[in-house]
Amino acid sequence: MTAISHARELDAALAHLTGDDSVLRMSAAEAEAADGYRPGTEEGVGDRMIVNMGPQHPSTHGVLRLVLELDGEVITRSKPVIGYLHTGMEKTGEELTYVQGATNVTRMDYASPLFSELAFSLATESLLGIEVPERAQWIRMLMCELNRLSSHMLFVATNGMDLGAVGMMIYGWREREEVLRFLEMVTGLRMNHNYIRPGGVAADLPPGWADELRRILEPLPDRLDEFDILMDGQPIWRERLQGVGVITAEECLALGTTGPILRSTGYAWDLRRDMPYLRYDDVDFDVCVGTYGDCFDRYAIRLAEIAESIRIIRQILDKMPAGNYRIQDKKVTPPPRARIDESMEALIHHFKIFTEGFKVPEGETYVAVESPRGELGCYIVSDGSGKPYRMHVRGPSFVNLQTLPHLMKGSLLADTVAIISSVDPIMGEVDR
Amino acid sequence: MADTDASTDDAATAEEAPPEQAETSHGVPVETTPAGQVVLHPGRDDLHRVAHELRDEGYWQCLDLCGVDYLTHPNRPALPIGVQPERFEVVVVLMSHTDRVRIRLRVQVPEEDATCPSLFAIHPGVEAPEREVFDLFGISFDGHPDMTRILLPEDWNGHPLRKDYASGRIPVQFKTAGTGG
Repeated sequence: MTAISHARELDAALAHLTGDDSVLRMSAAEAEAADGYRPGTEEGVGDRMIVNMGPQHPSTHGVLRLVLELDGEVITRSKPVIGYLHTGMEKTGEELTYVQGATNVTRMDYASPLFSELAFSLATESLLGIEVPERAQWIRMLMCELNRLSSHMLFVATNGMDLGAVGMMIYGWREREEVLRFLEMVTGLRMNHNYIRPGGVAADLPPGWADELRRILEPLPDRLDEFDILMDGQPIWRERLQGVGVITAEECLALGTTGPILRSTGYAWDLRRDMPYLRYDDVDFDVCVGTYGDCFDRYAIRLAEIAESIRIIRQILDKMPAGNYRIQDKKVTPPPRARIDESMEALIHHFKIFTEGFKVPEGETYVAVESPRGELGCYIVSDGSGKPYRMHVRGPSFVNLQTLPHLMKGSLLADTVAIISSVDPIMGEVDR
Repeated sequence: MADTDASTDDAATAEEAPPEQAETSHGVPVETTPAGQVVLHPGRDDLHRVAHELRDEGYWQCLDLCGVDYLTHPNRPALPIGVQPERFEVVVVLMSHTDRVRIRLRVQVPEEDATCPSLFAIHPGVEAPEREVFDLFGISFDGHPDMTRILLPEDWNGHPLRKDYASGRIPVQFKTAGTGG
C-alpha cells in the first residue's frame, strides 16, 4: 500500500466528506424554517422533516444532542450539537499547578480517567526532560490496562442496554465493578483517581495486590465466552449491528478518527504497538481489527480488546519489577511522609511542592497515548512557571463524534441509537 | 517556492545553510524540540501548500488543531529566524502512519486580523476543532463551512481561552439573566 495510491483514495473520500450531503450545517432558526411540516395541518406533509434528538435522551450517554433531517424513516443529514457539559477545563488547567493538573484532567473522560492523567503526566515529563522509574512505568501500564478493561466493560454494558439486551447491562457492570474495586484498592477512588502524576504514581501498589488481581482476572475469560454466546449467538443482536453505520478507512483517516472506529475498518493502528510508550514494547498483544467498519465490528473489537488487556495484565503480573514508584528527583517529588516528622527542611520542601508546585522549563510539547477511544493527546505550553501556560487535551471522543453524520447517512432512525452507542462517546471529554 | 530556500527543499536537510538562516523544510522554517518533536512554522499563506505537500508525503491524518494566546507570554522560546511572533498561534498536529511520526505546524495569527485559512478542504476532520478555536479564541477560519460556536451558547460574549478573559471576571451568563425573567 503505497502513499500515492492511498492519497488518491483519500481524495475520493474527501470529495463527499467536504460536501454538504451528510452534515446538516444550519442554525436552529434555519432548521425551523427549512422544516416544511406544520403539525395539525396538511402543510408540508411528505417533505423532509427535521427532528431534534436529545440532549436528554437515555441513549446519548450524557448530553449529546442530534439534529436529524429525515426522509420518512431514513436519515438524510444530521449534526451533533455539543457543549452541554462544557466547564472550561482547559481554562481551569491554566490556573492549576502541574501537581494539581492531574486532578483536573482526570475529570474529562470519566470512564477512563487514568489515560487523561497519563497523557498529562507524560507531557509534563517530556517538558521536564525526566523519565520515571521502571516500576512506575509498569504500574502505570497495569492501571491503564485495567482501566481499558473497565471502560470497554462499560461499553459492552451500555451497548447492550441501548439495543435492548438489558441483561448485558447487568453483566457488564458486574465485571466493571470488580475492576473498579481493585482501582479503589490501589488509588482510593473508584473514578477520577488522580493516581498517575508527573514524576510517577501517587502510591505504591498495596500489599496483596497481585493475589487480588488474579482473583479478579480468573473468571473473566469464561465470562467473555458467556457474553459471546449471549450477544453474538443471538440473531437479533447481529441483525441490529451488522451492516449498520458503515465507514471506510479513508473516511476515518480524513476525519481524524482513531481508536476502535479506525480499527473496525481493518486499518491496524494502535499507538501501543506502533508508537510505543511506557513498556508496551516488552509485552505481547495483538491489535484487533475488523473488516466491514460497521457497528458489529466496533462491538467485536472492544470485546476482543478486553481479552488482549487481560493478556497484557497477566504479563505485567509476572514482570512487575521492584523499585521506586516515583522519581527520586527532589524538584518534582515531595519527601516521604516519615521524613516530614524528623526534618524541618523536608516539611518546607513538602509545603513548597504542594503550594507553589515545581517549575517546568519553557517550551511546548504534544504527547499522546492510546485511550480506549483512540488517540488521547495533551498539548502543553510552558512559560517556565509552575502552571501550564496553555493546556489542551485532544479528546478522541470529540474528534470521533464527527463521524456520526457519515455513519448515520442513509440509515434508519431506529439505528441511530446503535450507531451512537458504537462510537462510544464520553461527553465529559467531548465538551471538557 | 521561488525563494532562496527552494534549492534545499528537495533534500529536506539544510545543514549546509549559513548559520544565520533558519533551517527550512517545505520552504518554511523548521525546528526540533528538545523532546525530538518536529515543528514547522508556516505563514498563513503557506499553510495550505505545506499541508497539501505533507499529505502527499503520507501525513494523511490531522489529529489535532488548537489555539494558543501568547498575550502575557510574548517572549516565548525564540522562534526560528524569519518567523514574526504574533499574539495568537494555531497549532496543528499531523500524523504519518507509514513513518510513524507526528509533525506539528505552528501558524502565527495577528491580533488585529485574527483569521487563518481553514484546513477543511484537506482534512475534513478539523471541522470541530476549528469551530472550537473560533469559539474559545475568536480566530475565524476562512473556507470553513460552518464557522459557529460549538461549546458555548450561540449568544455568548467573548472568547474564554483568551488571556484577557479572566475566569470569574463576569457572572455566569444565562439567557434569562438580567431580563427579570
